[in-house]
Amino acid sequence: MAQEFPELLNMRAVRIGIDESFNWVVEHWSETLEEIFLPVVHLLRAIEDFLLWMPWYVVIAIIAAMGFAATRNVWIALGLGLMTFLMGFFGLWEPGMKTIALMLTATLLAVIVGIPMGILMSRSDRVERITLPVLDIMQTMPIFVYLIPFVMLFGPGKIPALLATIVFAVPPVIRLTNLGIRHVDREVVEAFTAFGATRRQLLFGVQVPLAMPTIMAGINQTTMMALSMVVIASMIGAGGLGYQVLQGIQRLEISRGLLAGLAIVFLAVIFDRIAQAYGKRMQQHLHLGH
Amino acid sequence: MTEPKTGRETKIGIESVYKIFGPDPASVLDRVKAGTGKQELLEETGHTIGIRDVSLDVGAGEIFVVMGLSGSGKSTLIRHINRLIEPTDGRILVDGEDVLQLDPDALRHLRRFKMSMVFQRFALLPHKTVLENVKSGLQIRDEGRGGGLPKGGAVGRLAGRLGLAGSGSSDIRDRAQAQVDMVGLQGFENQYPNQLSGGMQQRVGLARALATDAEVLLMDEAFSALDPLIRNDMQDQLMQIQNSLNRTIVFITHDLDEALRIGDHIAILRDGELRQVGPPEEILMAPADDYVSRFVKDVNRGRVITVGSIADEYPTVALGEAGFADALARLDASERSTVYVCDGAGRPVGAITAEMARNGQDLTGPIDGDAKLAPVQTVSGAAVIEDMLPLAMKSEVPVAVLDGQGALIGGVPRRTVLAALVRRTE
Ligand SMILES: Nc1ncnc2c1ncn2[C@@H]1O[C@H](COP(=O)(O)OP(=O)(O)O)[C@@H](O)[C@H]1O
Ligand SMILES: [Mg+2]
Repeated sequence: MAQEFPELLNMRAVRIGIDESFNWVVEHWSETLEEIFLPVVHLLRAIEDFLLWMPWYVVIAIIAAMGFAATRNVWIALGLGLMTFLMGFFGLWEPGMKTIALMLTATLLAVIVGIPMGILMSRSDRVERITLPVLDIMQTMPIFVYLIPFVMLFGPGKIPALLATIVFAVPPVIRLTNLGIRHVDREVVEAFTAFGATRRQLLFGVQVPLAMPTIMAGINQTTMMALSMVVIASMIGAGGLGYQVLQGIQRLEISRGLLAGLAIVFLAVIFDRIAQAYGKRMQQHLHLGH
Repeated sequence: MTEPKTGRETKIGIESVYKIFGPDPASVLDRVKAGTGKQELLEETGHTIGIRDVSLDVGAGEIFVVMGLSGSGKSTLIRHINRLIEPTDGRILVDGEDVLQLDPDALRHLRRFKMSMVFQRFALLPHKTVLENVKSGLQIRDEGRGGGLPKGGAVGRLAGRLGLAGSGSSDIRDRAQAQVDMVGLQGFENQYPNQLSGGMQQRVGLARALATDAEVLLMDEAFSALDPLIRNDMQDQLMQIQNSLNRTIVFITHDLDEALRIGDHIAILRDGELRQVGPPEEILMAPADDYVSRFVKDVNRGRVITVGSIADEYPTVALGEAGFADALARLDASERSTVYVCDGAGRPVGAITAEMARNGQDLTGPIDGDAKLAPVQTVSGAAVIEDMLPLAMKSEVPVAVLDGQGALIGGVPRRTVLAALVRRTE
């Protein structure tokens, strides 16, 4: 007969303790925190408004042009333009633009936070030893768990959706910035040290530029992770394509879910193509291509 | 030709330097000083001996070569001079100043203005053009004084485009361009390193190092990654540059031929210990121990030994002033079989040999413009014996050896050349 696992500690009490202390934080800090993150919401709104303000054909033209600038391939550029067109054709233009805005904002902020953290990590073995397991945990933790504290702090809405997306999406850019800088040719770093470079000169003149292809790969992964988070984030009020999927589930409308799902795939393809091609071009430019 | 320079001025002094790698080098220093072997120390304490008790004097304006097999501590040693590596014990003096006492600012100043370095794998910035790479060493030190914008980053590029990149930027450009021309890369300024061959890339590395006008040039196996032919070119170029610029060069190599070819002095390292130091011919003629003699055994002596160093003294007579009788008397008085006839400036114009007398040639009268003399081949004393080999083979009389002005300093008969080529030092 199976034995029940003994209760070694009163876990209920422990959980109550955790919950209550977090409740305390929510009570005393949520307003301050909300104010702190207000500029972020403004940024998100501004991007969203801008995308929706532009005529749809201009947006399509811009995406096709970016596709061409990155890949120098007319067919890929046309394909990306067509996918954007289809998104509107499905009747999903507005949620699509909202999702793009959320992704762009989250990726931008993740990069702004992640690159300096990656740099810090690359400069000290101890920081790296501490940070790596934390990043591992962040990446294996189920996505939903992130939602709980943010929703508690801010209530459902755009801020918690954005913050949860950033936390979820930031690990790759941190990891790959660290990796890229650590793998910069030791002799080049030594050469510039021998010429009397300061640590700052080394960082901005040698290490970051030479690590750029790797950092770009990290940014690309971060973008993809942000996109995969949009469905989840819509549950707490981010709106956009994810919300359409959610409605499809709630109303059991397979068509709604399918079309919104397709639109998300289109966005993934668009961002991935452009970011990857841009990364490759940069690598060529860096002449590390082989 | 390479006589040990006496009273040369010391530029870099390395005094009893020890370098031990491992978790706690200081704790095993005493054991190393007491003579514990490299292998034993590694097995018992996990520490590696990089350098053990090395003392060297590098003279101002010379090419000082440090030679040894891979792992003998050459890179470790040269990195002490600009303190890329800190010694476990000992002192390093540059112009009499203890480098180890410098604070970070003073050390950076030393690296920016007094020393520069060339690396085995070139260590160029792959995303910068040739000209930008050559400029990079100069830009590093300009920043401290200029606007303080980070050069090379996005901000620096932007500043560069807007023409804000510091007042010295056109001066830097000119100096960089001059170095590019000097190493023969004009026309390649806007290429990227990976569009160039290895030899050309290393020229960029050399130009970058020369651009800072540093008095000391540190070269760690700078030519080792190059093809033999290109390596020869680079050696020639380095010696040419050295002749005109007179820098102090510390040159690392694992190739004895290279060391003998370009070195004014050579130090030989083994397992972090100094085995011998001296001018090339001393290393070749008098190896200090078995290790060194095994090294020099396979050397192409013909390319190292200079004609001047094996030339013998020969009797001479002056053209237009002496007669054949005088010449024959000189011949009898010396052990040689040849008398050189020289003009007023000491240049050899012909020779009189014992053979001519034996052949019954008329050997009377004055030695003037009409006199019948044996033709003489000439060679510069600075040439290596390999260069004179064909001459020596076809010349009936000893080849005349000339100084820089073309005046006779001696003669080299065929058998002396051959003996010098095959002689083994025991
Ligand atoms: N950072 C280091 N840590 C541990 N051992 C080192 C380090 N650098 C060099 N060594 C050891 O010191 C010795 C000399 O190395 P090095 O100076 O690179 O030799 P060389 O340049 O003559 O090939 C070698 O045994 C090498 O393994
Ligand atoms: Mg080495």
